[in-house]
Amino acid sequence: MSSGSSLLPIIAILPFLGALVPGLMIRAGRTACATFTAAPTILALVMLGVLAPDVMRGEVIEARIEWLPQLGLSASFFLDGLGLLFAGMILGMGLLITLYARFYLSGEDPMGQFYTYLLLFQGAMLGIVISDNILLLLIFWELTSLTSFLLIGYWKHLPEGRQGARMALAVTGGGGLAMIGGMLILGNIAGSYDLTDILTQGDAIRASEWYLPALILILIGAFTKSAQFPFHFWLPHAMAAPTPVSAYLHSATMVKAGVFLLARMWPVLSGTEAWFYIVSTTGLITMVLGALIAIFKDDLKALLAFSTVSHLGLLTMLLGLGTKFAAVVAVFHIINHLTFKAALFMSAGIVDHEAHTRDIKRLGGLARLMPVTAAIAIVTALSMAGIPLFNGFLSKEMMLDAASETVWAGSHLVVPVLATLGALLSVAYSFRFISHVFLGPVRDDYPSKPHDPPFGMWAAPGFLAVFVLLIGILPATIVGPLVAVAGGAVVGGELPYYSLKIWHGVNAALVMSMIAVAGGLVVLLLHRPLDRLWQAAPRPEAKVIFDALIDASAALSGWVTRNLHNGSISRYLAIFVVATVALGFAAWNGGALAPATRPMLPIPAVVAVGWVLLVVATVLVVTMHRRRFQALVLIGVIGLMVSVGFVYLSAPDLALTQISVETVTIMLLLLALHFLPKHTPLESPLWRRTRDGVIAVGAGVAVTGLAMAFLTRDFSTISDYHLANSYTGGGGTNVVNVILVDFRGYDTYGEIIVLGIAGLTIYALMVSLLTGPAARRLRNTDYSQDRSRDRHPLMMVVATRAMMPIAVVVGIYIFLRGHNQPGGGFIAGLVISIALLMQYMASGFAWTQARQRIQYHAMIGWGVVVAGLTGAGAWLAGKPFLTSAYGYIDLPGIEEFGLGSAFLFDLGVFLTVLGAVMLMLYSLSRIARYAGETVNVEPMDYDPSKRVEAIRNGGE
Amino acid sequence: MIEAALVFAFGCYGLGLLANLWRITRGPDVADRILALDTMVINLIAILILYGIWHGTAVYYEAAMLVAMVGFVSTVAYCRFVLRGDIIE
Repeated sequence: MSSGSSLLPIIAILPFLGALVPGLMIRAGRTACATFTAAPTILALVMLGVLAPDVMRGEVIEARIEWLPQLGLSASFFLDGLGLLFAGMILGMGLLITLYARFYLSGEDPMGQFYTYLLLFQGAMLGIVISDNILLLLIFWELTSLTSFLLIGYWKHLPEGRQGARMALAVTGGGGLAMIGGMLILGNIAGSYDLTDILTQGDAIRASEWYLPALILILIGAFTKSAQFPFHFWLPHAMAAPTPVSAYLHSATMVKAGVFLLARMWPVLSGTEAWFYIVSTTGLITMVLGALIAIFKDDLKALLAFSTVSHLGLLTMLLGLGTKFAAVVAVFHIINHLTFKAALFMSAGIVDHEAHTRDIKRLGGLARLMPVTAAIAIVTALSMAGIPLFNGFLSKEMMLDAASETVWAGSHLVVPVLATLGALLSVAYSFRFISHVFLGPVRDDYPSKPHDPPFGMWAAPGFLAVFVLLIGILPATIVGPLVAVAGGAVVGGELPYYSLKIWHGVNAALVMSMIAVAGGLVVLLLHRPLDRLWQAAPRPEAKVIFDALIDASAALSGWVTRNLHNGSISRYLAIFVVATVALGFAAWNGGALAPATRPMLPIPAVVAVGWVLLVVATVLVVTMHRRRFQALVLIGVIGLMVSVGFVYLSAPDLALTQISVETVTIMLLLLALHFLPKHTPLESPLWRRTRDGVIAVGAGVAVTGLAMAFLTRDFSTISDYHLANSYTGGGGTNVVNVILVDFRGYDTYGEIIVLGIAGLTIYALMVSLLTGPAARRLRNTDYSQDRSRDRHPLMMVVATRAMMPIAVVVGIYIFLRGHNQPGGGFIAGLVISIALLMQYMASGFAWTQARQRIQYHAMIGWGVVVAGLTGAGAWLAGKPFLTSAYGYIDLPGIEEFGLGSAFLFDLGVFLTVLGAVMLMLYSLSRIARYAGETVNVEPMDYDPSKRVEAIRNGGE
Repeated sequence: MIEAALVFAFGCYGLGLLANLWRITRGPDVADRILALDTMVINLIAILILYGIWHGTAVYYEAAMLVAMVGFVSTVAYCRFVLRGDIIE
């Protein structure tokens, strides 16, 4: 048991690890690539073989790794009989397909890519069948949709491949979405997302009022995946994939995922009327319809695709019948269908590969030219037709047996007749496949002279054909135990009576079977006139309908997007603001507002003056905003008043930040304004400005009302928690800083990354701007008119040199004390960048840049790395990411001081802020260089010390 | 005594702020506006200091110091913009 539980996750992960290898090994040649693709599969198979004896004894092997226990999500796996059957099929077929594809793919196809996709798919598929957690199962389920998309669209140059891949993804992905809903409901009913728990709660689930929604959603998922009517149309279009993909995904594994799910959920969901009528009817319709269309398809792969649709319908119907016998038959037929259908696909691929066509009308007489292929194809096609001695016969007989005893809506005839019809049509297309492709006279107009392929290519289908015969003749010996253990897992208890043998005596099933074979022969003989009739008859074309649906939904979303997102920021803002105000108004009128509890405070005269300044400046910005520079000066007033307001309202941290940000913003805007028009032209008509004005005033009134409502009432916020725990939990008395670096450290970490990205983006945008047409405009515009000749005034340079060290010391001081008093990395970064900016302004960009060694890009990177490593350091102490630690350090000579890991985190913040701000200004300053500005080498226009030197030199 | 002095000083600087606002509103020149903004910064620094004395705490002193340190930077930037167009050459 213990070894088993450790092997299971390894089996699950092996294909994904293996997927990394083929892309590299292709350099060593195609055979090496195929060998290394086979290696993880073989390894997984061997491990499965180690586990198999236990499972065959009836044990269930479980392995559990907690992932997100809060969500009920765990990486848990289990292996029972059904899982063993499917896992064996997936890995075994994977191996055969790897071999087949090695010979099938041509030299021009990127084989490494193919094998990588194939292994990824194999891993996803394997995950579905051994997942114990349904959330995990859903993840693998979606992965199969994605990887099959890649595989179907493998021949990227073919439009059919791309369209088929898109259609498959749309249909199966859409079904997957429905299934997520269904699984969540199911998990909710059962109270657990573990399959092993859910499977024990069948009665509770069936009795729940949520049973029907869950059932329907899960069935949509299963039906889309398994190509059941009316979602069957994607499967034939997926045949644009290379044949190994068709054989693997679209006959053996992926399309069986839906059937697997039905079988897996059988003990829980089946046994109700809803299940019986939905599932068995869908299966029955799909079986007959698929078989009918298959008869009239001239493309070999299309014929096989519709035949697969038909057989999947058969499996669905069997599971839908709800009897234990039918469920066991379904398991048996899954094995049989796998063996003959995959071999048939591979044979069709060989024919296509050799004759360069898969059009049945252009083929015939191949039995003499490629006898080995013909033998394989005929054996497997006879099995598909359900002829005795081949395995398809056995499960078809049992299916007819199950069908003959089914009563559908009071009628004893509907199911048996339709089942016989399905079998009859199945015989017809199987015989057509044999006679129109392989029998008949040898032709001389094949696109390419066909002959048998090398052994490697027919080995895989040949192997399967041998199985078809072995199972057909000795069913109980070869697969009896496997069917018993897998069937037992499906029905979840006592196995019903059944016997796997060829001769059951003359019974209803045998009669139905004989009718089917005879009728099938008749249809084959009448194929020509029937075909003309079929071609003339009107019928819906799935692809046209699908494309129309897609176009319509694309047009609808385009219409919505164009109307909501037309590129005008004022419209976005208008929609957003009006919606928010309307929602707020609705809430306001909801009546839940408690009466005001706090009295109004007196307004000191000085504060009133500040208020007047703020209001007047704001109104002035609105009236004067067309003169951009004046507007910027007024914004300066507003920023100043807001900062002072923060001081007055006891938020010194915010005030410090605000004033620094204000200064940096003004400088950025001034830098940009230099290259922009100095006036905003009047563009919008009066009514629009009025409308926008009304919206703006409405928003202002709403925010005022909201602020008043909060300020005049007592209520508890999270601030109380922060205030109470700041020192004990975060080791600092400055709550704002403790929130930034500790309580909400994750947020801060994300924010500095965003800030860094913004800085780098501005840099990148500038680089691309300066290589585009804008650069030409810059070069051809003269910005130097009407300039003062005082470029780098002496006074300013000297003042800056005096200021710089002071500013840097203040910055460091603010940084160091930040944890306990107003300050911190963010403010310190801004203060130091302002100091540096002064230097840039005083002595010019080039002069300053030549004197600083640190790249601002690197500074951003280091900042994020330092903050991240500090956070990760908590792991070493066995704590979660970003848990801060602090202690007191006693150095001789100075007072004892506290030092926390938050200090290092804050250092990261500091570096990122400094780097990002400087990189932004640096990027904007670069524009000037492109505008043809000269570079200064001297720190100032007029250096008096030079004159002193000159006099001294001259004097001597 | 100190309270009376503080009230008097608050009144003076408050009037000064209103006078600055008048100059910013009226102009007539850009230079007038920039100068008025710079004076406004200085008046506010004074008010912050007064406020600190009123409450007897050093926190406002530091805020005032920081405003003093960065406040003139934007004035410099505005001036450079007027004089040279580009503030970082």
